[in-house]
Amino acid sequence: MDDLAVLIEPQIPALRRYATALLRQREAADDLVQDTLERAIRAWPQRREGDLRAWLFAILRNRYLEGIRRRRGIEVGPEALMEIAEAGVDPEAAVGARDVLDGITALPEEQRSVLLLVAVEDMTYAEVAAVLAVPIGTVMSRLSRARGRMRTFLDQAPTIVTGHLRRVK
Amino acid sequence: MTASDPRPVGEDDLHAFVDGRLDPGRRARVEVWLAAHPEAAARVAADREVRDRLRARLAPVADEPIPARLRIANLAGPRRRRIPRGWPNAAAAALLLALGGAVGWVGRGAVPGSAPAEPMTQAAVSAFRTYVVEAAHPVEVRADGSTDLVRWLSARLRRPVVVPDLRAQGFRLMGGRLLPAGDEPAAMLMYDDDRGTRLTLYSRAGPTGGRGVFRYARADDVAAFSWIDAGMSYVVTARTDEARLLQVAEAVDAQASGKREGAR
Repeated sequence: MDDLAVLIEPQIPALRRYATALLRQREAADDLVQDTLERAIRAWPQRREGDLRAWLFAILRNRYLEGIRRRRGIEVGPEALMEIAEAGVDPEAAVGARDVLDGITALPEEQRSVLLLVAVEDMTYAEVAAVLAVPIGTVMSRLSRARGRMRTFLDQAPTIVTGHLRRVK
Repeated sequence: MTASDPRPVGEDDLHAFVDGRLDPGRRARVEVWLAAHPEAAARVAADREVRDRLRARLAPVADEPIPARLRIANLAGPRRRRIPRGWPNAAAAALLLALGGAVGWVGRGAVPGSAPAEPMTQAAVSAFRTYVVEAAHPVEVRADGSTDLVRWLSARLRRPVVVPDLRAQGFRLMGGRLLPAGDEPAAMLMYDDDRGTRLTLYSRAGPTGGRGVFRYARADDVAAFSWIDAGMSYVVTARTDEARLLQVAEAVDAQASGKREGAR
């Protein structure tokens, strides 16, 4: 079991970062990471050789998607709404520095995950393809769409109020 | 790829440029190309900005010390047997419910004392099965105002018990009862609707802290949603479809957490 800890624990900070970006609620993010780790421990004997990091991230993402299917609207719980409301009166937001996480939260999950894994987790495009179980070409097209939409998000920085109203709905 | 790589610059090159994944030769070629294409250069700059802001925004999370509960030793040890938190494991929940059905129900509402770590959902579903069929005494204390149900349950659980109003979801409160559940009692409230569908809300203390998502489980015709919040565990159970039960779970959660906020 010590071996397992030595291999897996170095990945935990990045798993928490990805989970936090997906869920935007710290406690829920740690619940998701815990669930991921428990599943990884159970599945360890069946694990084939390969990229450990991609394997763990794939488990986390699959658990996240499963959770979304089971609890629709998890991302728009009371805490998420509170964050959005606060961002609207944030003096920094008023000068155009919107929370970049608002931008990625508005992306479809498949684009959001690709952008997070590439830009934040520094995964190669091949690694991302392994996490999402899609061809590299699909990763690249999702990355293009995600970046296109995020450029629009940057451009729209001054239109804070309408942006928030749209999301709160 | 080398500096002599003659292939035209592609969109994949631009992404790899943003992500710092080009070798020096190819990067130099892309830089030359970008200098001649200011619109593309502006897009690349915007992509870089998004990348930098995302990294800066999320960096503090990865810099924190990891919570003790995420240590492999704490997960892999005996504590793994405690009530699962957070994300659902539908297969495991279904299996546990199936086991609960196979073991059967003995006695009146008692969770077998030898198994304090039994998943709460299983206990709640068992209690549901036991009491919803009761015609004469489905509840211990009726919601007719003769006894203050809330005060009674709160006193016995030694913490504020919320009795949610589920009339908007079509359910009227029938009453409640106490159930043994390991070291501490659990409260079970029962509701019914106009068609006689009965629903139970099972709640008890623990685990401390945290807020988990709804976990869905189904055993035969009985559906259950469970979750934890602020040191309490909750299970709603009924013979109904998932969508209607989820509405009830969300209403209960909203009222329970709303009451707590209001008390502050």
